Amino acid sequence: MAAIAGNGHGGNGHGNGQVAVGVAEPLPSLRTRAYDWLTTTDHKKIGILYIITAFFFFVVAGLLAELIRAELAKPGLQVVNDQTYNELFTMHGTIMIFLFVMPMFSGFANFLVPLMIGAPDVAFPRINALSFWMVPVAGLIMVSGFLVKGGAAAAGWTGYPPLSQQSAQLGEHGQDLWIVALIIIAAASLLGSINFITTILKMRAPGMTMFRMPIFVWNTLVTSLLGLLAIPVLSAGLIMLFIDRNLGGSFFDPTRGGSAILWQNVFWFFGHPEVYILILPAFGIISEIIPVFSRKPLFGYRAFVFATLSIGALSFAVWAHHMFATGAVLLPFFSIMTFLISVPTGVKMFNWIATMWGGKIKMDTPMLFAVGFLLVFLIGGINGAFAAIVPFDFAIHDTYFVVAHLHYVLVGGSVFAIFAGFYFWMPKMTGRKLSEGLGKLNFWLLFIGVNMTFFPMHTLGLDGMQRRIADYPANAGYTGLNQLESIGAVIIALSVLTFIVNFIITMRKPPTHEVDPWEANTLEWATSSPPPPQNFTQLIPIRSERPVFDFRHGTRRAAPPPSAPAPVTPEVSQ
Amino acid sequence: MSARPAAAADPVDLTHGHHGTVPTPLLGMILFIASEVMFFGGFFGAYFDLRAGAPVWPPATPHIEPLEIWPIATILTIVLVTSSFTAHAGLLSIKRGDRRGLTRWLTVTLILGFTFLSLQIYDYAHLGFGLRDGIFATLFFTMTGFHFAHVLGGALFMYLLVLQSHRGIFTPEDHTAVTSGVIYWHFVDVVWIGLFSTYYLLR
Repeated sequence: MAAIAGNGHGGNGHGNGQVAVGVAEPLPSLRTRAYDWLTTTDHKKIGILYIITAFFFFVVAGLLAELIRAELAKPGLQVVNDQTYNELFTMHGTIMIFLFVMPMFSGFANFLVPLMIGAPDVAFPRINALSFWMVPVAGLIMVSGFLVKGGAAAAGWTGYPPLSQQSAQLGEHGQDLWIVALIIIAAASLLGSINFITTILKMRAPGMTMFRMPIFVWNTLVTSLLGLLAIPVLSAGLIMLFIDRNLGGSFFDPTRGGSAILWQNVFWFFGHPEVYILILPAFGIISEIIPVFSRKPLFGYRAFVFATLSIGALSFAVWAHHMFATGAVLLPFFSIMTFLISVPTGVKMFNWIATMWGGKIKMDTPMLFAVGFLLVFLIGGINGAFAAIVPFDFAIHDTYFVVAHLHYVLVGGSVFAIFAGFYFWMPKMTGRKLSEGLGKLNFWLLFIGVNMTFFPMHTLGLDGMQRRIADYPANAGYTGLNQLESIGAVIIALSVLTFIVNFIITMRKPPTHEVDPWEANTLEWATSSPPPPQNFTQLIPIRSERPVFDFRHGTRRAAPPPSAPAPVTPEVSQ
Repeated sequence: MSARPAAAADPVDLTHGHHGTVPTPLLGMILFIASEVMFFGGFFGAYFDLRAGAPVWPPATPHIEPLEIWPIATILTIVLVTSSFTAHAGLLSIKRGDRRGLTRWLTVTLILGFTFLSLQIYDYAHLGFGLRDGIFATLFFTMTGFHFAHVLGGALFMYLLVLQSHRGIFTPEDHTAVTSGVIYWHFVDVVWIGLFSTYYLLR
């Protein structure tokens, strides 16, 4: 009974909804707790482990980016040489995508999906633990490339042959470590996808029909389907690359019957669904936050779901827009499909705006990040639509315009949503709310830093500055904007540092265990903070996509006054 | 707290998993097979892309003797297709409650699986070309090699099922592991039919 106390009012967060777990018992020894975390199959702990691991790699890849910006701050080579620069941008991109954004969203989905659908855990908890532990192993394998002869992988995150094959002849194996690490991550994501799809289809609580699921769960379902069907193709491609490099194969060697374009086809057949694997969970997070802080239901729930499904389907038919400049693809088809896929994304944009329209908006930090997401991601959507125009793409291919686009969608999209998610679900994960003051500082630094770093890249790209090159001529007129970008990169670093400080300060405070501090809508807010091992001792009725809202308002007359402490009943103790 | 609505006070069975009729582990296996289809799809896509781009197939240099459909490839196909039927006979046995029949048919399947693997190794040894000998050879060994690995994995699955079946843990109502193993075995068989068609029939 205590676990469902659906109110977060008043200053007495302590008694409310706090379950008996661990309250009276002394804290177990460090060794016991470490053993517990290392062997856990609890989806919430695994989710938190994912998030911590992903954040670690975010900082690593962020530092690599700072080195890149340091090198580009002035013409000439000051900080690193050409080879090291190639390693830096390759590892920056690969780590950010495969070891930060993907595991971060796996972490959120792990923590949230079973709670949101009223399940006690995921369908295959031990496989879930396996998929998590593969990620840090793969991360270490990939980063260890910096220690081997010839250095880490240096062919870009896309690993195009022949660039990704040349180092094999020199006996340099950084690229092989990159391949092996990615194959492990692919296997981990695959198992994770199977777990999420099965959990969502089979483990929903009574009353939780498909069209009552939170949008985050829908988006996790579609993301997992994309992962299930796209990631094995990457595995196949990586295996071909490995065979070419180490076993004498000739898949991508035109002199021996292979084709270098084949890699691009295989890679982008995976790579474009991958783009949506990186952004659909972000859409999910934003769609959970905006209704709560607008005090309105999400506008057009069904339209949103169908938009997500159509993005998922279309994402398998747009891959060659990454390859317009090869001249080896059917340009009109892929151009039209690319415009087509921007339509459901546009639908979502209007869903979010219409949700806020006329709402009673509260600008707490999660909402601030969500609104920031709308603004910055919109720019990434518009410059992406430009790049879908074939002649325009020919002009800006491999320039900084593309770098601007992908950073506006991945930083403006994924990173803003991840921070929004941190601030929103931190009370549920830890029982503590992050500081609002530092949170707002975190936001404004990130918002200013991101636009200062990535907006000038549009201009530089149109002026012809090529990406993936360590140097630029002093007389090309690129210097001023590059300096501005490097300052912006420092501001982004300060923003992340603000977050870390905020997190440490918050974790040193005693937990408040507020059950529902934001007066939110979805089931995770109907159990204690943090939730007990099996998530729920009892479930509230699920009659819409906002069960906690219904419970809070439908029973207002019958419910006890907000300040009444909820009794801890015996059956809730674990 | 008696003021709470009755629906909220009713404890809900949290171990629910009763949506639809497909058991949860079997759904996991079906999804895994879907991903495996895409994995092999990547290789088949590569094969037909390269073949479509080549003036002659297999490429003239280095010269490779045409693959012989008879006898080994045909025997391999017969062995694996037969093993699909024996695996299915095992599944039908346990549905009737015949545990001995299950053990027996799965053992036959396992033996046929190992026959396939041994014969495949024999074939590799006598082909006269290796993975390094041009794109056709690279494709052939990569695709049949990964299929080989999947047959090996399936055989391991069959072996574990035989052990469990021998202990008598399966019943007509509860044999999801058998169903999963058998559909995986069918999948491996279908991939071989694709490989056989590609390499031996569509020459």
